[in-house]
Amino acid sequence: MDGFRTLFYKELLRFWKVGIQTVAAPVMTALLYLLIFSHALKGRVEVFEGVSYTSFLIPGLVMMSVLQNAFANTSSSMIQSKITGNIVFVLLPPIRPLTLYTGYVLASVVRGLVVGLGVFLVTMAFFETHFEHPLWALVFALLGSAILGTLGLIGGIWADKFDQIAAFQNFVIMPLTFLSGVFYSVYSLPAFWQALSHLNPFFYMVDGFRFGFFGQSDVSPWLSLGIVGVAWLVVAGVALQMLRSGYKLRA
Amino acid sequence: MPVAIDIDSVTKRYGALQALKGVSLQIEEGEFFALLGPNGAGKTTLISIIAGLARASSGSVKVMGHDVVGDYRQARKLLGVVPQELVFDPFFSVRETLQISSGYYGVKNNDRWIDEILDGLGLASKSKANMRALSGGMKRRVLVAQALVHRPPVIVLDEPTAGVDVELRQSLWAFIQRLNDAGHTIVLTTHYLEEAQALCERVAMLKSGRIVALDRTANLLKRFAAGALVLTLSAAPLPESLQQRVLPGPPDDARLRLNIDSYEEVEGILATLREAGCSIDEMEIAHTDLEDVFLNVMNEA
Repeated sequence: MDGFRTLFYKELLRFWKVGIQTVAAPVMTALLYLLIFSHALKGRVEVFEGVSYTSFLIPGLVMMSVLQNAFANTSSSMIQSKITGNIVFVLLPPIRPLTLYTGYVLASVVRGLVVGLGVFLVTMAFFETHFEHPLWALVFALLGSAILGTLGLIGGIWADKFDQIAAFQNFVIMPLTFLSGVFYSVYSLPAFWQALSHLNPFFYMVDGFRFGFFGQSDVSPWLSLGIVGVAWLVVAGVALQMLRSGYKLRA
Repeated sequence: MPVAIDIDSVTKRYGALQALKGVSLQIEEGEFFALLGPNGAGKTTLISIIAGLARASSGSVKVMGHDVVGDYRQARKLLGVVPQELVFDPFFSVRETLQISSGYYGVKNNDRWIDEILDGLGLASKSKANMRALSGGMKRRVLVAQALVHRPPVIVLDEPTAGVDVELRQSLWAFIQRLNDAGHTIVLTTHYLEEAQALCERVAMLKSGRIVALDRTANLLKRFAAGALVLTLSAAPLPESLQQRVLPGPPDDARLRLNIDSYEEVEGILATLREAGCSIDEMEIAHTDLEDVFLNVMNEA
């Protein structure tokens, strides 16, 4: 095997060997969110015409699971390797920075998609689901998980302790995710918050993903695709530069 | 001889700390070379720079002619590094660990060589064991195995026997000696000076980021005193004329230690003692070992 395939395989194995924690648990969490929110808010809000709140909620929860798990995979792998010291196993061999990037991030994309698919399949069993444009949904799931996987890599490289990566997750990733319209349409918000939401790249990931389900969205999926695509290029550029310069990895 | 590792005026600064202050050193192909020095001398920093785990502030390092920064892919292929810390990935078994390491180096279908290394290091019975289940000594062996999966001609070991029991230490050295006999260049750091003395042809001593001694082990031993005459006297005190020969001894040893540069001097010392009326209750000749040399060099430097 070459460096890329080995790293990719190792990263897959790493989460798959603890699948209860990395796959089953997030599916369960998403399901609980769905049960509670759909029960509490049933009949009160209709975001898109003819779409129940529960149906509206499903793609948001699926995407949230995709994003959070993609982030968790790279960030936990990187910080654990740094703290236990076994990061040297990937730093000693002749692996290119681009290979490191794709190996880590692609595995996090797989984890995100596997969990997202799990959430979707379970919800499908209990609730009515729409799936208008699967390709759009897939494109946004791929790009969203690649962005979050990259952010996890950046956070994992930057953080020196678990404490810092937890802060990065709780004070940056979580607010951006929760305020991106996972649970609501941003058009239900006051104008100021609506405008603010449009500055959040996560909004476009969720909105574009939701378009794949209902063929309706707050903004055009093409606009979302453009913004999400650029966001990915930016974070990928930052991550690659960190890997190239050896920032916090090579003293 | 072609050069395996060429270290040229390497400095390394960590903030205010100057860890290496211009180290130049050439290690030839096929050598068994020791890097000695007290804690904080810069040994691990130097090894990290060779391995690409750290970057030199100035100067350059080449592994078999390949710059460790400019041509890092080739340099790292030629290098096997055993890190000092007992690191492992708790998710994998011994064999999986070695297969993954092989993959990182782009080595395909490596199972026969992995079996050979496992046998050589006494790990064959543990190949399916999870890394977490291994003792410290066993984990150390796996680290050595990982450094060898891509058959590197140059092998660097950073304190490979730290915290390893005597039996394992000996089998580890026997294995590394075999690698050296097979033509591998071996560079190691160790705190056990008797190991360096027994195994290494050449020694560099580092202190505060500088090389303070660099020579063949035999020459270093010769250079720093042939040895000491260790005595227990009675009847009369040590004559004045011999006072300048007195060497400091270990604190738990009250015997008298007299410096001798060669065995010929022993006769004269004994004659002087006889004339002074001393009687000798006990006598032995202590040989210089690398530890004496080391202490001498460190005190001088």
